[in-house]
Amino acid sequence: MLELVMFNLTNGLIVGAFYVLMALGLSLIINLSNVVNFAHGNFLAIGGYFAFTLTPYIGFWGALLVSPFLTAIFGYAIEKLLIRHVYARNHIYSLLLTFGLGFILQDACRYLWGPSPLPLGIPDALSQAVTPELFFVTWYRVFMVVVVIVAVGGLFAFLRYTRVGMRIRAGTLDLDTVSALGVNVAALRSYNFAVGSFLAGLAGVLAAGQIGLNPNMGDDLIMPSFIAIIVGGVGSLTGTLLGGLLIGIAAALTTVVYPAGAEAVIYVIMAIVLLIRPRGLLGEEGMLT
Amino acid sequence: MSIAPSTPTPVQSLVARPWLQLAVIWALLLTVPLWLPLLGGYTAIAARVVVFALAAMSLNLLLGFTGVLSFGHGAYFGLGAYGAGLFLKYVTASTPLAIVAGTLLAGVSGTLFGRLLVRRRGVYFAMVTIAFGQVCYYIAYKWDDFTGGYDGLRGFIRAPLDFGLFKIDIAASGVVFYFFVLFVFGLAVGLQALILRSPFGRTMLAIRENERRARFLGLPVERHIWLAFSISCFFTGLAGSLYALLNNFADPSALNYVMSGNIIMITVMGGMRTFWGPLLGAVLFVMLQDYVSSMTTNWMFFVGVTFVLVVLLFPRGLMGVLQKRLGA
Repeated sequence: MLELVMFNLTNGLIVGAFYVLMALGLSLIINLSNVVNFAHGNFLAIGGYFAFTLTPYIGFWGALLVSPFLTAIFGYAIEKLLIRHVYARNHIYSLLLTFGLGFILQDACRYLWGPSPLPLGIPDALSQAVTPELFFVTWYRVFMVVVVIVAVGGLFAFLRYTRVGMRIRAGTLDLDTVSALGVNVAALRSYNFAVGSFLAGLAGVLAAGQIGLNPNMGDDLIMPSFIAIIVGGVGSLTGTLLGGLLIGIAAALTTVVYPAGAEAVIYVIMAIVLLIRPRGLLGEEGMLT
Repeated sequence: MSIAPSTPTPVQSLVARPWLQLAVIWALLLTVPLWLPLLGGYTAIAARVVVFALAAMSLNLLLGFTGVLSFGHGAYFGLGAYGAGLFLKYVTASTPLAIVAGTLLAGVSGTLFGRLLVRRRGVYFAMVTIAFGQVCYYIAYKWDDFTGGYDGLRGFIRAPLDFGLFKIDIAASGVVFYFFVLFVFGLAVGLQALILRSPFGRTMLAIRENERRARFLGLPVERHIWLAFSISCFFTGLAGSLYALLNNFADPSALNYVMSGNIIMITVMGGMRTFWGPLLGAVLFVMLQDYVSSMTTNWMFFVGVTFVLVVLLFPRGLMGVLQKRLGA
């Protein structure tokens, strides 16, 4: 029993870490640009596929470093090309645009890399179990959690200490003032979108090493990421972090007791949060409502 | 800009005169079985257009007329479909009662969900509606023995209408069923038009135009949005129950957020601030879907490109473009 709980707890931690990476990227874009990027799951898939293509040349470690940056560049280009046109319009247009974009990207992946699942080779050292007793904890899983911790730490440091990061945070609070102070808001939004895409790309590489690649691999992650944001509170990155971990672990622990309810519990948590604290756990009243 | 006042073209006078517009729309809808086969279409596709038009017009009550962004209406459409299907399968073979059951299931669920979301706005509202939509999808998907799970709900068939004195066999004939769908559609959109003309409908417009001002006037904005959401869900459920009857089948993809996206697309493509726009959107969407899926397996790509192009180039939709171009 203890082993089962441990197994699901580590699983929950890992799944939650994925939700966090996805949801933080989404959350950044929502906070600054008020755009819910439906195609975020497809950016994840693209990050994974980039790694798949690069691995034969630069190895897993090289791909892990390079493909998030490629995904960021790709996101930057998409933002410049398509998404910036709808900022000034009704939200319905940005939703429809990224929704359509998701379709296009998914079919593009299917066309370029084929519809069947592909494996991403990971170094042998990482596929070993940590100890024989905890056979289900491979080094890769430990590694994933470490990478996510580093990435999240890096993101918060970036937002806190760099010039662009500070502007992003300021823009989240009051974009008009930031603009009036002479910051190029259009460029800021592009950078911000690139940072969000970077996180999706990183999540894509990590996920590909664990579960392999397929064109719609992001679909299962996008909805929990939405819920992580709603539970944590729109407008708060810390809230998103908390929300992602909470639902990941809650879903995993539910698996111990009642496997069929694992997915349902995520929605139950969301409903409870909306009932007793409509703005989300750490959301501030009046922000982006 | 033309300088000399010119005589209006036929299209211009059509857009400018609502009664003429109404007459043309209904004349075309009522004569579908006469002219559609000549164009190579079949009546079932016309019924599909009418069903999607009803769903989109119901969503438009929120999207276009209250200015509230629901991205989860696929859920209520699907609930309507499952409600009708389950009723026919497990309770009794009565088509009218099945429609009532589907509409109630969707409407009541929507009303309950709506209570949780009325205080949210904009993208947050959209996200919560999407997430709630997925709840229904998962239930239909997971509850195998009751809903048929992944394969969808089968094993029910629309029953003939029995009025005691006479029967109308909507089960066998596609044309008769089309007229039945059209009849329900007519009742529903007539009711929608009445709602929009009522003081409540005017309040919806006021909230759309300036929510803050509406609030300052002392209007209970939250309650109005809740009511508008609820009404919209009832109508969408009605469309969904017709959809199940049309296909004699309800599948989980009718509940999915992709369905929500499609219904929104129909609304936007047709023109989301116009009453009849969604009908036009439904004609375009169903034709496109039918054509593209018969031509290529990469239908997602083409649908996606259409979405992007419509958003970037024709955000007003067909009806909106017509109205603006013709200065109506």
